[in-house]
Amino acid sequence: MQTIFFTLFLLGSISLLAGVILSVVNLFLKDKQNNLSEQILEILPGANCGACGFSSCEEYAKALANKKSRIGLCLPGGEKVSLKLTKLLKQKEIDYKKRFAHVKCRGSLESTSKIAEFINIKTCAAANMLYAGGGKCSYGCLGFGDCINACEYGAISLKNGVSYIDRVKCVGCGKCIEVCPKNIIVLLDHQNQAIVCCSNEDKGAVSKLACSVSCVACRMCEKTCHLGAIYIKNNLASVDKENCIACGKCREVCPRGCIENLKFK
Amino acid sequence: MIKPLIYILVNSVLTENYVLSKFLGICPFLGVSKRINTAFGMSAAVTFVMLLATAVTWPIYTYILMPNNLIFLETLIFILVIASLVQLLELVLKKHVKTLYNSLGIYLPLITTNCAVLGVTILVIEKGSLDSSFGYIHALINALGAGIGFMIAMLIFAGVRQRIESCNVPNFLKGLPITLIAAALVAVSFFGFQGVAEGALRL
Repeated sequence: MQTIFFTLFLLGSISLLAGVILSVVNLFLKDKQNNLSEQILEILPGANCGACGFSSCEEYAKALANKKSRIGLCLPGGEKVSLKLTKLLKQKEIDYKKRFAHVKCRGSLESTSKIAEFINIKTCAAANMLYAGGGKCSYGCLGFGDCINACEYGAISLKNGVSYIDRVKCVGCGKCIEVCPKNIIVLLDHQNQAIVCCSNEDKGAVSKLACSVSCVACRMCEKTCHLGAIYIKNNLASVDKENCIACGKCREVCPRGCIENLKFK
Repeated sequence: MIKPLIYILVNSVLTENYVLSKFLGICPFLGVSKRINTAFGMSAAVTFVMLLATAVTWPIYTYILMPNNLIFLETLIFILVIASLVQLLELVLKKHVKTLYNSLGIYLPLITTNCAVLGVTILVIEKGSLDSSFGYIHALINALGAGIGFMIAMLIFAGVRQRIESCNVPNFLKGLPITLIAAALVAVSFFGFQGVAEGALRL
């Protein structure tokens, strides 16, 4: 009996002592700045995507707590997070625009083909170093899916040899843009506009042979648009999103079918 | 006086290496050995915990458990002490060495259940009960040696693993299998240290 009591007493007292020491140390090491950054960290999505320019959500939270950064840099969190942060930090509301990533290429397996085949090369970055990826078109999507691996949200999939981005799932963090060796992924504002789905800057005669859905710089879209919102630059159509009203005329006249008219409901 | 201490230190670092010849603490040995700098941070943390744990548990055992016939509480109380020490270490690291805290991740709280730490505290007490000249200082030196041995094993193995990463490993051995084979080979090489400490110090 005595042994049991002594055992309980001993275990209890050691636990108590350890507990007291730990809580004292915890009290000693805690500071108020950390508290604020922890609160911010709870609001942030925690994807560590790096869209804000910091290496992790924690770093961004710290910078916000120390007023070294501004609200609204968190793209995955979007409006919701920005609103919560403005409330928490008592700052003025900021203008926040949702964005999404877009692949400027439609060169599927049917519309273009490869001139070389890679054996044992599994990334776009590696393939791009050898013969610019081995496709007929040296500007287009390589289809090895570096962007798919980079996407934290599962928004990108491979459709017929071309990366396809699900605009509902895409949060606009821009990670895929960094890894794409062809630089054909762009971030677009969430608004109605015409989108050019080709990146080929070769002259019409060359790009026509490379792919059946390439922009050949025929200037049909430029002539049709009365607002001057679409124009040819470097043998490639580009859209001026300030002027574009997404009327869809350029898409209708494009003989190559490389323009998409984007309308949000 | 100083000679036995050096003997204990060298012996615990090389001959009695806790990872490679006693096979304790394999979890962090395989888990945190991917990069040399994290391996170093982890083993520094483990060394610190080993040393402090031995410093606390030896007196508890000798002055409280032994006289009261409570030796059966050994494991329970030692784990309690180790757990509190790890918590303490975690608090300090979180505050002062944030990058190390982040890179160690789950393995830091797992030092609590690291059998190398518990192994050191229990084995030094076993040694003490067998050899009456083996005192508190000897136990501390032994714990320090165990920690340094852990560090050496981790660093060697982290180097080996970084080399493996750039090698063309056959498909069926990729990942854990080749890691375990490499660990076994490193362990075999440590058998070469058998008797080195005795011979060098002419005991």
